[in-house]
Amino acid sequence: MTDARTEILRRIRAAAVPPAAAPPRHYLRHAPGLAEDDRPAVLALFAERLAEYGATVLPAEDPATAVAEALGDARTAVVPAGLPAEWTARWDGEARSDRPPLTHARLDATDAVLTTCAAAVADSGTLILDGGPGQGRRAATLLPDLHVCVVRAAQVHSALPGALAGLDPRRPLTFVSGPSATADIEMIRVKGVHGPRRLAVVLLP
Amino acid sequence: MTRSFLGWPAFPAAAEREVGNRQLRENVRRATHTIRGKRAVLAAERPDWDALRDSAAAIKDQVLADLETQLLRAEEKVTAAGGTVHWARDAAEANRIVTELVRATGETEIVKVKSMLTEEIGLDAALEAAGINARETDLAATIVQLGDDLPSHVVVPALHRNRSEIRDIFVREMGRHGRPAPDGLTDDPAELAEAARLHLREKFLGAKVAVSGANFLVAETGTLVVVESEGNGRMCLTLADTLISVVGIEKTVPSWQDLEVFLQLLARNATGERMAPYTSTWTGTTDGDGPRTFHLVLVDNGRTRALADPTGRQALRCIRCGACMNTCPVYERTGGHAYGSVYPGPIGAILNPLLKGLDDPQTASLPYASTLCGACNEVCPVRIRFTDVLLDLRAQVADGGQHPVERAALGAVGGVMAHQAAWKAAVKTATTAGPLLPRRIKLPGALGGWTDSRTLPAIPKESFRGWWKRTQGDTK
Repeated sequence: MTDARTEILRRIRAAAVPPAAAPPRHYLRHAPGLAEDDRPAVLALFAERLAEYGATVLPAEDPATAVAEALGDARTAVVPAGLPAEWTARWDGEARSDRPPLTHARLDATDAVLTTCAAAVADSGTLILDGGPGQGRRAATLLPDLHVCVVRAAQVHSALPGALAGLDPRRPLTFVSGPSATADIEMIRVKGVHGPRRLAVVLLP
Repeated sequence: MTRSFLGWPAFPAAAEREVGNRQLRENVRRATHTIRGKRAVLAAERPDWDALRDSAAAIKDQVLADLETQLLRAEEKVTAAGGTVHWARDAAEANRIVTELVRATGETEIVKVKSMLTEEIGLDAALEAAGINARETDLAATIVQLGDDLPSHVVVPALHRNRSEIRDIFVREMGRHGRPAPDGLTDDPAELAEAARLHLREKFLGAKVAVSGANFLVAETGTLVVVESEGNGRMCLTLADTLISVVGIEKTVPSWQDLEVFLQLLARNATGERMAPYTSTWTGTTDGDGPRTFHLVLVDNGRTRALADPTGRQALRCIRCGACMNTCPVYERTGGHAYGSVYPGPIGAILNPLLKGLDDPQTASLPYASTLCGACNEVCPVRIRFTDVLLDLRAQVADGGQHPVERAALGAVGGVMAHQAAWKAAVKTATTAGPLLPRRIKLPGALGGWTDSRTLPAIPKESFRGWWKRTQGDTK
């Protein structure tokens, strides 16, 4: 008896599908309605999209003040390795290191998580995490109920194609477009199911 | 006991039962109209919408034309990144592989990310038979599982249920499977979602094994992609020690760059969002982040059968956005269960026959579950020409003798139309007899299926030919 792999590949060859043409790519590579190089418009759109999702947007010159405001009444927060220590200087809660790794139960019992990101997308209001410095592992950005993400203006791409091109697919990636949500009951949108129910974005110049 | 569509009646009988359920019709109508409206706004926002669709269709065609190479590349990359790749010819083989993998971990309760393929192969029931309790974690999939129900939509599987039905299911069932529903639970959607959050949180935190599907498998990098809204997907993909992803071979896309096309189309077309709240991608395993063991099960289960059908193979482009069913006038009235498959609506009407063949009367009835209005063609993000495939499948049904009545009827009409004298005589008989015929008639035997659901139109006193001869098209 042939093995499944051999058999499936044989069936594929037997289907004799004729060659296909190379795909056209005539779609936009930036957000529709914006000029490609209009940075202020890109950043304004990013903030607008985040606000539409119900995320808090805090434009800031000084990260420490904005981070303290974003963390608000959270008493505990995971602070991943690689995040500048001065960012939490004005917040009086308990910063928890994830080294050695916190248990899932401990992460679940932590109020917030503070991270940077790998890239962001204005058109869809998306934050992209790749586990790099200051971003932590995926469980740490999932179990706490408040996610505060610090984004630098230069990280914000107009649309998805620009952001994808700069990412490393070998890293585990999470694209976050607003807080978790469902419309499974009568198509009524309910914010906050399993992921963090609150999302705050600190936008640095 | 897990319900299945096994032994489901053919579409006409199942549809007749479903359209008699007024509550169901109201639920489905409200849901489909809501998504339709949201989708239309978001699609119109993109001036390049059709260019994205052109690319998506062509990329999928490129994969289908080169599937062996693409799958081997994906296998090589997943393996190099620490994953293990398994191949399954059919449902039984896929279920056996997953069951053995779970057994090897010693776990008896696992968590699942919603996956149409695992519904298609009946994985939950197979695991249950092996003493493994697979808990669904998507809100809609949880509603379906707790209610011992069947999915009726590919994106919103509990679309046929309204809030008070969902409340009753939660109150009745949650306590039997873990944390009970909170006391005094009302039918407010936010409260119901909170009940599900609490019920499932303890399952996520304790889960050692998770099973998922995938929206895409990127061949050049071996990357898997899951698009979701609630975060239950992230929980399963991140917190378990062992992750088993069960993926149809047609889910492959060639390159990382191709995701820029599909991720911009999928949520817009499926739920009317620019991006779904969460998109997760992973390649094999990563030290110190997420599952330590990753298995990818590549499943055929009829996909190569569909691939061999020159007209039908375009159905394998499908990215399961559900827009075709949201826009379908037939689905809107019958709901999803009438199709007797986890793939309902227009995609179900073509995909099921292509995957399974036309030998079974239930499957052979599906290409007729359409008015051929073509609304599905217009909304499909990968430009599947549903009506072309439906007509081709109907021809296959007729040629194969699975629809003897249609064949006989068309044969008789063809015979009469081929001879002018016979045609004239037939028309004359009809116009003369018209006023005498009752509006509802019942043809005998198998032909009754036609007359049962239709009233006879009034036959005009004069034929078109007669009218033309008399008036020269009103010029006289």
